[in-house]
Amino acid sequence: MPLGDVLPEIAVLVTAVIGLLLASFAPMRRQWLGAPLALIGLALAGVLCAMQWSGQPRLTFSGTWALDGASIAARLIILAATAIAVLLAPEWFRHERRHGEYYSMLLLSALGAMAMAGAADTLQLVMGVLLSSVTGYTLAAWHRDWALSVEAGMKYFLIGAFANTLLMLGVALLFGLLGRTGYQDMAVALTHAAASPLLLLALALVVIGVAFELGAVPVHTWLPDVAEGAPAPAAAFLTVVPKIGAALALARLLHVFPTDAIGWRPLLAAIAVATMTLGNLAALWQTDLRRLLGWSSVSQAGYALMAVTVIGASGQAMPALLFFLAGYAAANLTAFAVVVQLRGRTELADYSGLAHHRPLLAAGLTLSLLSLVGIPPLAGFVGKLTLFLATIDAGYAWLAVVAILNTVVSLFYYLRAIAPIYFHERKAAPQLLGNWAGSGVIAGVVAVLVLGLLAQALLGHWEPMALPW
Amino acid sequence: MLTLAILVPLLGAFALLFLPNASEQTTRRIAIGVAAVPLVLLLIVWARFDTGAGAAAFQQVATVPWIPSLGVAWRVGIDGIALAISAMSAVLFLAAIAWPAETKQRARAYYAWFLFLEAVSLGVFMALDLLLFYVFFDLSLVGMYFLIGRWGHDDAPRAALKFFVYTFAGSLAILLAILGLSLGSGSLTFDMRELIARQPLAGMDVRSALVLLGFVFGFGIKTPLFPLHTWLPPAHVNAPGPVSAILAGVLLKMGVYGLIRIPFSMMSATFARYALPLGILAVISILWGSLVALGQQDLKRRIAYTSVNHMGYAVLGVAAAGAVAGSDAGRLLALTGAVVEMVAHGLITGALFLITAVFWQRAREYDMDAYGGLAQVAPRLTAAATVAAFASLGLPGLAGFVAEFQIFAGTFASYPWLAAIGLLGILITAALFLQMLQRLFFGAMPARWADFADLRVRELVPLGALLLLVVAIGVYPHELLAVIDSATATLVRSR
Repeated sequence: MPLGDVLPEIAVLVTAVIGLLLASFAPMRRQWLGAPLALIGLALAGVLCAMQWSGQPRLTFSGTWALDGASIAARLIILAATAIAVLLAPEWFRHERRHGEYYSMLLLSALGAMAMAGAADTLQLVMGVLLSSVTGYTLAAWHRDWALSVEAGMKYFLIGAFANTLLMLGVALLFGLLGRTGYQDMAVALTHAAASPLLLLALALVVIGVAFELGAVPVHTWLPDVAEGAPAPAAAFLTVVPKIGAALALARLLHVFPTDAIGWRPLLAAIAVATMTLGNLAALWQTDLRRLLGWSSVSQAGYALMAVTVIGASGQAMPALLFFLAGYAAANLTAFAVVVQLRGRTELADYSGLAHHRPLLAAGLTLSLLSLVGIPPLAGFVGKLTLFLATIDAGYAWLAVVAILNTVVSLFYYLRAIAPIYFHERKAAPQLLGNWAGSGVIAGVVAVLVLGLLAQALLGHWEPMALPW
Repeated sequence: MLTLAILVPLLGAFALLFLPNASEQTTRRIAIGVAAVPLVLLLIVWARFDTGAGAAAFQQVATVPWIPSLGVAWRVGIDGIALAISAMSAVLFLAAIAWPAETKQRARAYYAWFLFLEAVSLGVFMALDLLLFYVFFDLSLVGMYFLIGRWGHDDAPRAALKFFVYTFAGSLAILLAILGLSLGSGSLTFDMRELIARQPLAGMDVRSALVLLGFVFGFGIKTPLFPLHTWLPPAHVNAPGPVSAILAGVLLKMGVYGLIRIPFSMMSATFARYALPLGILAVISILWGSLVALGQQDLKRRIAYTSVNHMGYAVLGVAAAGAVAGSDAGRLLALTGAVVEMVAHGLITGALFLITAVFWQRAREYDMDAYGGLAQVAPRLTAAATVAAFASLGLPGLAGFVAEFQIFAGTFASYPWLAAIGLLGILITAALFLQMLQRLFFGAMPARWADFADLRVRELVPLGALLLLVVAIGVYPHELLAVIDSATATLVRSR
């Protein structure tokens, strides 16, 4: 067994186990040690992951695990995003008796996302989705005594159970029809297989099952509740990391299916349009920043699906997807980091006049929201730009037009959040949480700026991004 | 040189933000000093600018790679049109920054946003890369949004929001059109010079028409062209005077400038096919803007609507220059006229909006009926307003006349009927400005204005400088025309 091919995953897993042991034995005032431990583990995994790139896309573990540019890039983004999410936790959970376990849960959830991103086999995919969702429910409901948090976890769980069932049904059907679970074999089998309604149904079931992790229509309804009710550091993580894995998993799976036999592109385009439009319309009149961010993250999933729609039709699609996800992760984590640093204040009205007392935090939140809109030269701009280029290039210009209309709508609600920060007055300065959360804000802002201004550093590396089948 | 003209105000803006506890006066002086740098640099560029036959179209070019994978680079350079408009913008920014504004105890942030806006506005006019152009174009919206929302009055946040959302819709339409244009040009590039040479999408009917529509829609919102102008009046009314001056003087120019720089130059065949509808829209804007302006009681609204009217002249000139009909000489006249109109309108309307700031800062009132007879107490203000108003209505000897004469002379060659109808606009504009002067400065003076203060030196200097330029261009337009003609002649000849 080529164990070396999963060294990053092993590093994350081992760190999670050590963290669990630490949490069991350390006294309450030392529970925060789980954070630096997790950061070390994530950094180590990042280095190991970067070393995996051999220049040649390949499959390993009997064709179930893809080692290509896309999987390495996606896993690096997941690791970096998880690291920022870790920074937000120590002070937030300061008074939790055993919060050291939180970091292990976070790492296991990240592991699930990594497994999705590299999955080249439907069973591997199921494993990744299940790991990511089971840990996700726990993270969302972490504040056991707080009704909103429990409700968020419950909703996440109910919709998740439903979506996971559909996923497994779809995977079983696919196996029955094609007799294979590995993508490489499936691709071969599909060249002979006749298109049947059953095959389309199976594919649709799998797509919906994975769309749950992405937060796409019709299984998106957990996202706003989790964003609002889960502990803010967990919400930051859950609105970002599972999406990255799920988007890659969808792109990989759909790339297997020939479009002439099964017209899945219109299906995906329809989901993309519905997701971005619904997310934006629902976000319009929110008065709660976290809920607003939750709906906005639904709409951002819709933009990501644009790239999935044209995967294989445009060479730009995969780099666009990855860059967009990286930019989205940076911006969304920054926004949540500001919320955490402000001790979870979440009513939009509570942000009035923030700029006069905390100008740097206000600037951080503003930059992250403008990046989510796609204002240049921030990360979100380059992300959306590459998305538009890929979709127009593939002949889906109408999809880009819809996305642009949605972007205009989205500007309205992001500005509803920004305006009171600058245009209203406020008497007292808000209390801050601490240095860990502050460093999370800084890390996020730096990422938003650097990804935008130095986009070439990533895009230049991602030029050849072939999938290994 | 040009890169420096963009970077100095940009860095100045950030430096101001981190300047500890400087007084309002110091901050203002520093901002004036920083804003003077781009003007000096542009004057040097102007002095060195080669207008001879055989000279390169774009001069002072500088290129630094940014995202080579996407064909995007920091490309700046300047031709006669860009030079004229950026020099005008630099003058207007200096005047607006020097204007003694009410900064609501947030002087550092106010001047920082102003310098930021100056940097990105100059960037729009100097960019030679379509995406860089778009980046600056978008950032100008961000700067303007914060200036209106934070330092405006009454319902400013709402007006700022409307402005941002409306014009952002336009800029995204432009982005889509830019991508359509670049993807249609063979290998992906955003280099403007390259695209002007390639003339992408020529002969592709539907696609080129859609791309053109995207550009006209986007730039039409910014210009603003009827019926896309509805964001303009609230933005102007609620913005502070100097900000209005920049909004009208610099930001509106980006619309017409963009029309000339991108669709007019890069897809001339398609542009020619649709020049007539564009010209008709322009004439409607001319008439609509002037008629609605005539109906306004509110001083600032009235001036705001004359912008719709004046930008209509400029678009009419561009449309006539792009038409198939007519002669080369006529087209050249029309295009040069459109550019001069942009310069003239920037200076004149900038001055007019600074004058409205005088009224607001002294009396918190824009209703013209509330005033009267101010000539008795404020002779300097009366004189300045009279010069500005006469220039705006196109009196010979002032800058507006030079522009409008050329536009209409050129348009008569291609679309005589449109020109004839458009001339009505000039008549109405004359009426509305004369009526405005009469209601503000003549007749009986309500007693409460007895101590209405006349222009102070600090107000007189920036205002006087703008009006002096208006007169100078009106009397001796040669220097300006030579620079503009060097670019417009190339554009018209290459069609």
